[in-house]
Amino acid sequence: MSTITGLTCRECGQEYPIAPLHVCETCFGPLEVVYDYDSIRQQLTREVIESRPRSLWRYRELLPVSGEPTVGLHSGFTPLVKADRLAAYFGVKELYVKDDSVNHPTFSYKDRVVSVAISKAMEFGFDTVSCASTGNLANSVSAHAARAGLRCFIFIPADLEQGKIIGSTIYGPRAVGIRGNYDDVNRLCSEIADKYGWAFVNINIRPYYTEGAKTYGFEIAEQLGWRLPQHVIVPTAGGTILPKVAKAFEELKKVGLIEGSVRPKIYTAQAAGCAPVIHALHKGSDLIVPVKPNTIAKSIAIGNPADGYYVLRAVRDSGGWGEAVTDAEIVEGIQILARTEGIFTEPAGGTTVAVTKKLIEQGRIPRNESIVICITGNGYKTIEAVVNDVESPFEINARLQEFDELYRSLAPTTTPALGASELH
Amino acid sequence: MSVRVRVPTPLRRFTGGAEEVSVAGTTIATLVEDLEKNHPGIKERICDDEGKIRRFVNIFVNGDDIRFLDNLETAIKDGDEVSIVPAIAGG
Repeated sequence: MSTITGLTCRECGQEYPIAPLHVCETCFGPLEVVYDYDSIRQQLTREVIESRPRSLWRYRELLPVSGEPTVGLHSGFTPLVKADRLAAYFGVKELYVKDDSVNHPTFSYKDRVVSVAISKAMEFGFDTVSCASTGNLANSVSAHAARAGLRCFIFIPADLEQGKIIGSTIYGPRAVGIRGNYDDVNRLCSEIADKYGWAFVNINIRPYYTEGAKTYGFEIAEQLGWRLPQHVIVPTAGGTILPKVAKAFEELKKVGLIEGSVRPKIYTAQAAGCAPVIHALHKGSDLIVPVKPNTIAKSIAIGNPADGYYVLRAVRDSGGWGEAVTDAEIVEGIQILARTEGIFTEPAGGTTVAVTKKLIEQGRIPRNESIVICITGNGYKTIEAVVNDVESPFEINARLQEFDELYRSLAPTTTPALGASELH
Repeated sequence: MSVRVRVPTPLRRFTGGAEEVSVAGTTIATLVEDLEKNHPGIKERICDDEGKIRRFVNIFVNGDDIRFLDNLETAIKDGDEVSIVPAIAGG
């Protein structure tokens, strides 16, 4: 039974039917799905959720599909890792990593939003799906479209990492590299979407697409035993996921799945080379001034974040904060996570780890409260970012004596390094 | 003197369905006024009560966001191409 009743403008409240619409005709504000929460409260209990398969669709009453989901049946429900070695490194008591670097099938949080977007696009009867992407979204749209048997066009900046390009083209979409940055890709795609009538997951399917990001927050709560963490650090690019994680926590309370008064403080993480939201946050301004991105964290290099304003609002409403870190700190963040928890994330994740470190050192995040770090992408796609910062393998002949000599020349090491001084 | 303006779907009911219209103007501000003269009602969709560009509207001149130029005072010349584009989610 459908639990959605329509769309409404987030800015002026004008109502619209469930359709492939994304902006308000009156004020250009983004449209948001409206749910019948009374009905959801009746249907959806912890027992019902826990009896379902371990995918993001276990929360389907809180997602904007009308029938049975058709796409992404194995997406979501990624590990919430209790990160004790990273906690020791940071000097904090209770730390978790929500690890979407192993999301199915394309190793980023985008598998959540795309599962919902393409399920919805199929309900609407589209035969072609498309997206503007910094890489991860294109990977996910390409894979899900292949499995659903849909025609697929993806648009990406031409200078993306090789892993991000092949990670799309292997699935057989038509891929178009644009000479420019993501914001240029976006502008072009907005005009293509207007003209060609395809399901652009992050344009005309955006109200449904963004709802998929809530499942990241639902899972954190369920995996903590139906409770909320006190601090959550989320990377910000276009600004989809952070406000939706905040919304997820609120919805769980609204439909009675979570009790208690914990209001998680939410923190935004950006790269210093592309930090329009952090600039506004630190200035106390509501106005996001766009920037030209210049960072190795290409997946979050969005200089003109559509939902940046909502990130600011969610962060401020929660009592949280945010920071930006340099490319060097991002690489160090990637290494810290890899060497403490065995998780290899992309630069966006390195950004989140490094920002968490900074916020703890600043005293913004207290050391004795529960913390969740949101890891949204996988490092195997972006090896270019770290290739110059890791030790190259020693090369020897297959002779024991050569290894004996090599071993004697090496400094004694035991477990992977914990201290920052040992990272390099 | 004339400039081509690409019109996004939500605004096409003001342009009789046209995807592109020609307008006169020397800056984005005067261009918006000319748009309003020929297509009454379109200005309040683009600008807020104080006359500033709305939060979720992006305007580009030959592909450059006017916020990197001179905002409403950005100069335009014959043959320029102006796009009005709604904000888009990340990816």
